[in-house]
Amino acid sequence: MIPELGQLALILALLLSALQCVLPIVGAWRDHRPLMATARPLAVGQFVFVGIAFGILTHAFLAQDFSVAYVAQNSNLQLPWWYRFPAVWGAHEGSLLLWVLILDIWTLAVAALGGKLPERFHARVLGVLGFVAFGFLLFSLTTSNPFARLIPAPMDGADLNPVLQDPGLIMHPPVLYMGYVGFSVAFAFAIAALLGGELQSAWVRWSRPWTNVAWGFLSAGIVAGSWWAYSELGWGGWWFWDPVENASFMPWLVGAALVHAQAVTDKRGGLRAWTLLLAIFAFSLSLLGTFLVRSGVLTSVHSFAADPKRGVFILGFLAVVVGGSLLLYALRARFVAGGKPFALASRETLILVGNLMLTVAAATVLLGTLYPLVGEALDIGRISVGAPYFGFLFMLLMTPLVLALPFAPLSRWGKADPASWKRAAWRIVGLSVLAGIIGWILGARGFMPLLGVTAATYVLSGTALYAIKRWKEAPAGKRYPLEMFGMLCAHVGVGVFIAGAILTRSLSVEQDVALVPGQTAHVGAYDFRFDGVAETQGPNWLAQQGTVEVSRNGEAIVTLHPQKRTYPRGQVQTEASIHPGVFRDLYVSLGDPIGPSTGPGGTNGEWALRVYDKPFVRWIWAGGLLMMLGGFCAAADKRFRVRREAPEAVVETPSIPTRPAEQNA
Amino acid sequence: MNPVRKRRLIAAALILASVAAATALTVFALQQNMTYLYSPSEVEAGKSPISTPFRLGGVVREGSIRRVSGTLQTDFTVTDRFHDLRVQYTGILPDLFREGQSVIATGHMSGGHFTATEVLAKHDETYMPKEVADAIAKAKAAHREAGSSEQGAGSRGKTDGVPDLSPPTQKKSGPGQAPGPARSSLPPASSPLPAPPQK
Repeated sequence: MIPELGQLALILALLLSALQCVLPIVGAWRDHRPLMATARPLAVGQFVFVGIAFGILTHAFLAQDFSVAYVAQNSNLQLPWWYRFPAVWGAHEGSLLLWVLILDIWTLAVAALGGKLPERFHARVLGVLGFVAFGFLLFSLTTSNPFARLIPAPMDGADLNPVLQDPGLIMHPPVLYMGYVGFSVAFAFAIAALLGGELQSAWVRWSRPWTNVAWGFLSAGIVAGSWWAYSELGWGGWWFWDPVENASFMPWLVGAALVHAQAVTDKRGGLRAWTLLLAIFAFSLSLLGTFLVRSGVLTSVHSFAADPKRGVFILGFLAVVVGGSLLLYALRARFVAGGKPFALASRETLILVGNLMLTVAAATVLLGTLYPLVGEALDIGRISVGAPYFGFLFMLLMTPLVLALPFAPLSRWGKADPASWKRAAWRIVGLSVLAGIIGWILGARGFMPLLGVTAATYVLSGTALYAIKRWKEAPAGKRYPLEMFGMLCAHVGVGVFIAGAILTRSLSVEQDVALVPGQTAHVGAYDFRFDGVAETQGPNWLAQQGTVEVSRNGEAIVTLHPQKRTYPRGQVQTEASIHPGVFRDLYVSLGDPIGPSTGPGGTNGEWALRVYDKPFVRWIWAGGLLMMLGGFCAAADKRFRVRREAPEAVVETPSIPTRPAEQNA
Repeated sequence: MNPVRKRRLIAAALILASVAAATALTVFALQQNMTYLYSPSEVEAGKSPISTPFRLGGVVREGSIRRVSGTLQTDFTVTDRFHDLRVQYTGILPDLFREGQSVIATGHMSGGHFTATEVLAKHDETYMPKEVADAIAKAKAAHREAGSSEQGAGSRGKTDGVPDLSPPTQKKSGPGQAPGPARSSLPPASSPLPAPPQK
């Protein structure tokens, strides 16, 4: 009975979202105030019903109601209660519901905080958000209903995939979705501006914190996913260029470009059309990512055949959203163009270079991710695009961005002083070379480690140079407004990330070894003594737990306990044991027993072990978290909350937009 | 030329140049890093590359896993139920690697066997990657075309393309217990050939 109520709530939410899409937009078109005023109550109503549906599904998991097919597939009696919450979003149907719920939370926030926006614009924004919710609710109800019954109900459910039974899962999808879905606000702003045919800088300013927050969440979600893969998959890698990872990385790249383009539009009025286009792309890629990952299209285009309805719906919805918004863009973008002109040597140009690199990087990732589908559709054969493709192109494309990065904050808007670039360049390059020499003395030999040290120092010293400049030039108290602090924070994050990524890659010592108890493996500067394997029991698993004593020059450091867990249905899951550190992680994961065992229970047999010494690996995630913090800090700036009476950039009329004479200062 | 136009021209030229460069590099990188998937039957028929890497898809034949004591070398047979190919791998195998499981191995031919540098088994143990299923289906179709009938009996087996997983009881019977069927030196009576899944 209760699950049927959940379904009913979803249907009601669908109806409300349809109204939320149509009424406010018609109202804005006809300038009909009562119709526009329906947007908010409809958004609230939709949120309430989706919330009820989500609550009912959660209840079904907590109460172990296996008559609900989705619960039966993704839970069982032995699943500890704390994993029954994340199990709600552990598979396709539930994660779709979570997606809609998060969309409704964002919509609610826009409805509540958007009171200062012009009424028509606000109504259009909520209408567009209503359309997105409508699409997802329809998708959920018609092709992936989480409340579908399984009659007769099984005595016990299957299981939540053991890979997902990790604290990482609790965090990862909701945070990632907060990011994905957050771009819907920037998207709704872009579409609303195109519908109205005008774009005021004040509106872009208002939408900036939303983009920054969404991007911050996406950064955090990707960091959580990377950390989870590192600790859970037992491979010790932090990024595999896997299609699922790429799906979250593409919106992140475009989102990073959008954050910067919006800053230009806000401060200078320029790059308006580009900002709108990026907002459309960022959200389209989020949609693509969500669908690709959850529908299983990525392993093969033929997954469509498994459930043709799902595939067709996905394609249709993507076509409507992407095609529709691009068509609208083509028709209306010229009405929103404008802004102050800028010289070739200016902050705008540098930001544009970064934007270009980020979007091209996103495009190459998209190409590599979708290429196997294209190859299959054209019947060329089963193609797989290897990680080196992504790695090579990404490094190449990020080089100009990293080179330009320290100079953008140091340059003035409109027209920068190339002489000041030269001075700064000498200092930055000097410091980088110095760091390289220090790195050499400390033992970083070879091209890659030195590249890591110098590149990271290049970014960090450039950012520090700007911080010092502000300290000297700006009056106390106004030196680092939150927006600027956020920028500094995120740029420091880039530097820390570069150090982590390159140093981990080049300095890691990774060895797969076969050890009998008592035997020692020397990996890097460390000795790993294997002390055998014993059995241990968890709430819903049985594990073989190894004991590995780590020491350096005879000095004991830590005892690690890697596990190989067996879950009720016989699924095996490796749990790596990690000794974390600021400068290095020591990582051991258990492979298989090899060869004949000698003792009772086989604990004296020989085992395969994966032993890693991974320097600076934490810096990768620290960098990501600093970027996240940067996004959040910038969004909290007071500047975004105060609405000025007279926006300084007046509505541009469709005229030749860049004639300097027409620009008002 | 007025400054605005000049600036635009420079911008357009820069964008065009970088797009061209990016396209060229992308095509290059794609060509360098693309690998195709073949089934053992296709390898047998000589369709796979001889020296360059490719991916081999199929099912780990029951009773074919051998480990070389004291090293991390594992030998096993990948089959599409019509032809077999011996695979050699040194390293730690993924959690879901076991007999009857579908796998994708990346590597190259060396002599009569396939030397794998990477072995992937999917995270969901009931799931057969569509690519492997298709490879098996293709092998079956090719086999049928060849007009041989003596193996037709195989289709009397399970219709599900995913062969049975090693029974969970094997794991529950205690760690490292006397090697189960996976490490037995005698291959079991050849299992019935399952028909490929779906269509």
